[in-house]
This record gives sequence, C-alpha cells and structure tokens, in this order.
Amino acid sequence: MFKVMWAELVKLRRPSLSLSTMAAVTFITGLITSLLYLLVDSPTGNAREGARISREVLQLPSGLSLSFSNAAGLLGIVALCVFAAQTAQEYTYGTLRNLLVRQPSRMKILFGKLGAMKLFAIVMVTLSAILGFTLSYILAGVKDVSTAAWGTSDAKADVLRTFINVLISTIGFGIFGMILGLLFRSPISAISIGVIWNLIVEGLLSVFVKSLSKYFPGQLLSVVAQGGTKDISYKYALFTSYGILLSGLAIVAFLFKRRDVSN
Amino acid sequence: MSNTAIDVRDLSKKYGDRLAVSHANFAVPMGSICGFVGPNGSGKTTTIRMLLGLISPSTGDGHVLGEDISAPEKYLPHVGAMIEGPAFYPALTGKQNLVVLAKLGGFNTDIVQALLEKVGLGDRGDSKYKTYSLGMKQRLGIAASLLPQPKLLILDEPTNGLDPAGIQEVRALLRQLADEGSTIFVSSHLLSELEMICDHLVMLREGKVIFTGKTSELLAAQQPVVVAKPEHMNDLNKLAEIAKSLGHQASVLDDAVHVKGEKNFAAELNKAAFAAGITLASLAPIQASLEETFFEMTGEQ
Repeated sequence: MFKVMWAELVKLRRPSLSLSTMAAVTFITGLITSLLYLLVDSPTGNAREGARISREVLQLPSGLSLSFSNAAGLLGIVALCVFAAQTAQEYTYGTLRNLLVRQPSRMKILFGKLGAMKLFAIVMVTLSAILGFTLSYILAGVKDVSTAAWGTSDAKADVLRTFINVLISTIGFGIFGMILGLLFRSPISAISIGVIWNLIVEGLLSVFVKSLSKYFPGQLLSVVAQGGTKDISYKYALFTSYGILLSGLAIVAFLFKRRDVSN
Repeated sequence: MSNTAIDVRDLSKKYGDRLAVSHANFAVPMGSICGFVGPNGSGKTTTIRMLLGLISPSTGDGHVLGEDISAPEKYLPHVGAMIEGPAFYPALTGKQNLVVLAKLGGFNTDIVQALLEKVGLGDRGDSKYKTYSLGMKQRLGIAASLLPQPKLLILDEPTNGLDPAGIQEVRALLRQLADEGSTIFVSSHLLSELEMICDHLVMLREGKVIFTGKTSELLAAQQPVVVAKPEHMNDLNKLAEIAKSLGHQASVLDDAVHVKGEKNFAAELNKAAFAAGITLASLAPIQASLEETFFEMTGEQ
C-alpha cells in the first residue's frame, strides 16, 4: 500500500494541482477570516448563514480558531473536488489499467490512494490553520479585538481540537468525493454532483426540513468541524457522518474490486 | 518451470449475449516472439485484458509464466504490458509518468532515464506528456512496459502512430529483447511487420482461435500463387478465364491475374496464354504473404 502512496504523491505534487489547490485554500481562509473580523460590527452578520460572531466572542480563548473552523465547509468542498478528480481521472485517462498491471491488488490501489490524499488534506488544513491564525492576529489589531486570551493553555487546547476536527471533516468530504469518483468514473460528473449535493441539495433541504440535516453527511461533517452545535452533538455528527461515508466506501470498494477494467 | 509463457485453455468472455472470446486455446512458447492477429473486434484486447487480470474470464482458465491468471499478483511483477495504446497523466512529464509506475511496482527509479534513452525519448523526458506526438506517446508506453525488465512483454499495437523509422526501431528492440530471453506477445495490424519478426502466431476471428502455431507452418500450408501480368491491360479478364479453364482459382488484382497453383503451373499458363494470343509482361510464382493468408483465413478484405 505504501508503494501506491508514494506513486500517488508524485501525481498530487504536480504544480497544476498542488499550487491551484493551495491558492484556493489561501483564498477561502483569507476571505472567511477577513469577513469575520472586518464585518464584526455589521448588523447583517459576519459568519455562516448570516450568523453574528461578536467582538466579545472573538476575544475568548476559542476566538483564535473561529476563522479556521468557519472555513472548514469550503475546505471540505476543495477536498471533495481533489479526491473525486484524482480517483475518477484514472478512468478518463485510461491509466487505471497501467496501475493495475503494476499493482494488481485493487484494495491496495484504493487505500494507497486514500492514504496519499489524506496526506494532501493534512497539508491543506495545516496551511489553512497557519493562514487563519496569522490573519486573525493581524485583523484583531485592526479591529480592536483583544488577543490576550489567545495565548492561554485553553486557547492552545482549542486550537488543537479545532485542527483535528477540521481535518476529520475535510477528510470526510474527501472520502465523499472519492466515492463519487469511483461511482461515476468521470471527474466532471463526480465533482459537479458532489458540489451540487453539498452546497445546494443538502443546504436547501436542511433549510426547509431542519431535522434532515441530522442525516446529511455534508451537514454533519460541518458540525464535526465546529465541534458540535446546540442541535447536533459532536459525537452523533462524527459517528453518523463517518458511518454513512464508510458504508458508501465499502460498497464502492466492492464494486471497484469486482468490476472489469475495460476502458 | 513451464516451457510456455502463456497457456490458455477454453478461455471465454461473455458480455451479455455476446461472446467476445470463445473457448480460446493456445500456448506461447517461452522465448518466442508471438504475433496475435485478428480483425478489429475479434477479441484480441479482451484476451490480453484477461491475461493481465483486468477482466475476469467467464469460463476457462489460463496460465502466465506458469501461474494461474486468477492470481495476477504472482506473475505481473515479471510482465511488461501496453494495452490498447499508451495512457498516461497529461500534466506529468514523461519521466514523472514512468516514476509513478516504477514506484507503484517497487522498481528502481534510476532505470527511468535509461529506458527513455532506449526508446528515443532521452531528451524529451522532462516535457509534459500532453505535448508529445502520437509516436512519442507510443514510445513512452513501450518504455513503461520495460520497467520490470520483463520475462514476458505483452504489447497491443505497439507501432500505432510510429513513422517507418520508428517501426523499424521497435522491430529491432523487440528482436533485442527476445535475444535477451524475453518472450514477446504482440498484436498488430501491420502484418508484414509481424511476418518479419514473429516465429509464432495466434490468429483470432470472431473470438475464436483459428490458427496457433509457427508462422513458417502457417505460410507453408498456404498454396503458392502465380502472378501473371499481360502486356495489354484489356487481356486481364481473358487471362483469368484461361487460368480458370485449366482448373485453377484465379482473380484479377490491380494490374495482374493471381492464380492459385504450384510453381510448375507457371509454364502451363504461359503456354496457354501464348496460344490464346496473349503476351505476358511478367510471370512469377510467389509464396502467399501473412497478409494474404490473414485475409483468406479471416474472410476480411
């Protein structure tokens, strides 16, 4: 499996993918953090779905990681696109046959790919964290947000917890993308269906039928990134979202193992 | 160690109601260059995919390098393959594409540059694959197939898109690999090329093996042809009729009459043509080529 991981990393390191992904991560983190601080006094809100995060909340030990955790949903979408494209492109380029001739164990191919993409997700989330924290310090100075509590041990523990939660959430979105990539065998189909599902279908249905968000993997992964909400507990979100995703992964892994490679 | 590199028994693959490969039986001797020929859609690529573990057979079994095809992990580390043309990542360079496959197979990546040199891509290894011409892509595919320093090389149409010089280079490369002890199983539409390099042949038609054996045996079994060219083109049909009246199959092809018959029939035809007032510009007995044999056996034209 490690051979597959090293091989996969050669593909993931290519500048067209790595630089554009990191540019997207930088843009998303920069935008979310800027909105959070620059609109702190705006009555129309400064966070997701018009929520308002006040100066007092930002000054808490947990304030440092708020920008980063707010960016998690969009980081997840980026991971979904990368994982889906990296999986489905093997079919569109016809390269899957080369991979399978050099590594006939299809499960090793699948989980080696997943391992490499998890490493890629770690780099993405780490970059987002560094940028989010740095920008938070800069913008806190601009908007008179006190950072006194951000150096405490409580703040450090919160940063670590948030990092892990955002990482779990981002990898979850990535697994969702990989499932779609294996199902649809086309990057365009997998990415468009994944993005439409997460941003539009789940979002809209959750607005009209609030209880549905307890069953949607994308919504639940966003809850995981936030460490839980008042409606959905962290534990429930984590186990339900990963239960759905791992069941889906098991089904597509079975299909991948059994399916003839005839393109 | 078995003395056959590939041995298939009653191998079939069915897609719905269609039998893509039907009860194929053939063996490829170790150390040989074996041509795999058949019209489009005759089941060549499906057979190759079954040998490489990419698709599972509906019935039958097979062995590659002495191992059952149901356990490809046992023999694929010693097999190089290019199936249905080259397929690589467009955004990676030629070298990076080979490194991906080398790492995947656990091969030494140091040999990548040497392989690029071997196929004539030494100076283009750092160019992106998407900038390659069809011939260069084909060469990269051949280089990738050589990564494991294979005991068995399976190549599907390796000369597609190559210019005449490239075709000649591939022919020389295949000969060199065979001399070094590799077995080569190669499908191609360039039958004249296969005739030059293959000592064995497997011929498919509509999923069925219609010939398997030595190339020389196949060609020797074909009836020789006498090619007669009249001085005047308007005598072509008359000459064909004369050959037929002497009890031989004859047909007009381009500017000559092709008559099935042994060498000594040439003299008889010459006399008959002379008697009928036809002067022959040329008269030559020839052995049927692989191409002619292929067309005759497969019914293709």
